[in-house]
Amino acid sequence: MTLDPQATIDAIWRIESPKIVGGLTRLVRDIGTAEDLAHDALVAALQQWPRDGVPSNPGAWLMATAKHRAIDHLRRQALHARKTPAMAAEWTESPSSHTAPDATDLDDDVGDDVLRLIFAACHPILPPEQRVALTLRLIGGLTTAEIARAFLCAEPTVAQRIVRAKRAIANARVPFEVPRGQDRRARLAAVLDVVYLIFNEGYTATSGDTWTRTPLCEEGMRLGRVLASLLPEEPEVHGLSALMQLHGSRLRARRSSSGEPVLLDAQERSRWDRVLIRRGLAALDRAERLSTTPGAYALQAGIAACHARARGLEETDWPRIVDLYTALAYLTGSPVVELNRAVAVGMASGPAAGLAIVDALVTSAALTTYHYLPSVRGHLLEQLGRAAEARVEFQRAAALTKNAQERAVLLARAERLGSA
Amino acid sequence: MRFMMLVKADANYEAGHPPSPALMAAIGQLAQELGPTGALLEMGGLLPSAMGARINAAKGQLVVTDGPFAEAKELIGGYAIMQAATKAEALELGRRFLQVHIDVMGPGYEGQLEIRQLADVPPETR
Repeated sequence: MTLDPQATIDAIWRIESPKIVGGLTRLVRDIGTAEDLAHDALVAALQQWPRDGVPSNPGAWLMATAKHRAIDHLRRQALHARKTPAMAAEWTESPSSHTAPDATDLDDDVGDDVLRLIFAACHPILPPEQRVALTLRLIGGLTTAEIARAFLCAEPTVAQRIVRAKRAIANARVPFEVPRGQDRRARLAAVLDVVYLIFNEGYTATSGDTWTRTPLCEEGMRLGRVLASLLPEEPEVHGLSALMQLHGSRLRARRSSSGEPVLLDAQERSRWDRVLIRRGLAALDRAERLSTTPGAYALQAGIAACHARARGLEETDWPRIVDLYTALAYLTGSPVVELNRAVAVGMASGPAAGLAIVDALVTSAALTTYHYLPSVRGHLLEQLGRAAEARVEFQRAAALTKNAQERAVLLARAERLGSA
Repeated sequence: MRFMMLVKADANYEAGHPPSPALMAAIGQLAQELGPTGALLEMGGLLPSAMGARINAAKGQLVVTDGPFAEAKELIGGYAIMQAATKAEALELGRRFLQVHIDVMGPGYEGQLEIRQLADVPPETR
C-alpha cells in the first residue's frame, strides 16, 4: 500500500499549520494574510507531492515554500507603498511591521510563534465563542466544517465567527507577541479558560443529544500538552493539563454502552484510562512543585486526583476533597464550587451537613437556573429518606437541563422515587 | 484516537550494544519538536531480549523460556503512544520516527515501525 497523498497532506497540515501560520504572521503581521499564504503553500504541495512524492521533511518543505511566498508578498507590498504616498507615510511611521525580513527569521522561535498565535486567538477583545473557534482553527488545525460539527452549529456561523475574530484582531492592531510583565497573568488565564472551555464542551455537552463528545475532549487535552510544552514553568498550565487528563481518564466509564451518562459514583473504575491518570498525576506533581499556592486549576486537579487514586467511593479521601473545595471556594467565590463543596461535605460528614450548605445557596438565590443545584439537593434528600421532596428536586433539575440524555437520567431518578 | 508505535529492534541492539548516543539525541530532539504538537503521550525503549523472558501456554501448561530470542526482526526495541486525529496523521508521526533512524544511521539502516490503534475510544460518532 502506498500513502494516500491527500490524506498525508491533510495530516501534515494538521501537525505543521500552527508553526507555519505562526511564523508567517510574525512576518506579515496579519493572521488572515498568513493563512492565505500558508494555504498557497499547501496548494503547491497538493500539485507537487502526488507527482514527485512526499519530501522526507514535509514540514520544512511547506515552511520554505510559504516563506518564499511571504517574502514575495512583502516585496510587492513595499513596492506598492513606494508608489502610493499615503501608504508610504505609514511605511515610514512603523518600519518594523513592514521591513522585509531576513529569510532566516522564520526558522527561529518556532515554539514562540505557536505561542504568539495562541495568545492572539485567545485575546480578551474577542467574545468567548470567537476565541474558541479561532483557537480550534489556528492551533487545532480544524476546518470550519469540523468546528461546526463539534459545536453543533451551522458552518456559516463558525466561518463568520472566524472572519470577525481575525478582523477584530487586525483592527485593534493586536501585537503579535507573548505578553510579558503585568499583562501576562491575565492573558494566560484567558488562554487556559479557552482551552478548558473546549475540553468541557466535550466532557459535558451543554446541548445536543449526546452526553459527551470525545473529539473535543481530546483536542482540549492536546492543547493542554501543547501549552505545557511551550510554557513549562507556568504552574497553572500544568494544573489545567492535569485536570483535563484526570477528568479525561474517566471518559469511557462516563457513558454506558447505550450512550447514557454514568456518574462518578456508578462508574466502573477499571475502565478508567491508566495512561491519562499517570500523565495527569505527573502534571499535578509538576504544578505543585512549581508553586506553593495552587491556582484554581491545580486545586480542581487535586480533587480529581483524589478520585483517581481511590479504588472506590468509600475509600476516597473526602476530608481532603472538602479542604480543596474550601480553598477553591475562597479563591473563586463561585457558588458552583460551593455546591460541589456541599457534595463533598455530604460524603465526608453525612447528607445533613451537605444539605445545610445547599440550602444556604438556595436562600441566597444563587444558581436559580443551574440544574445541578436541584439535582444535588435531590440526591442529599434521597439519602436522608425524604423521597417526596427529592422527587420534586429531580423533576426541577430535569426541566432546567438542556442536555437530552441528562434529562432522561434525572427523570428516571424522579420516577424511581415516585414508585418507591 | 490513540496509536501505539512499535519500533522493531535491530540486530546490533539485540546483540547488546546500546543505541548510539547520536540516535538517542536525535530521538530526544524529535520528541522536543513534537512537544508543541501535543501528539506524544508516552515514549520508551526496551532492553535487549536477553534481559527478558517468554511465557508460552500450550496444552494447559505454562512454559517459561529465558531470552535472548533469535528472530530480531520480530522483537520490539521501543514504543510510543501518540494521539492523532486520523490514521494518516499517525502514519506521518510514525514516519518521522523512522526517518530519524535513517538520518542518524544512514541508508544501511533497516528497520520497521508498526502502527496499531489503541482500542480505547468509546463507540461514538466523530
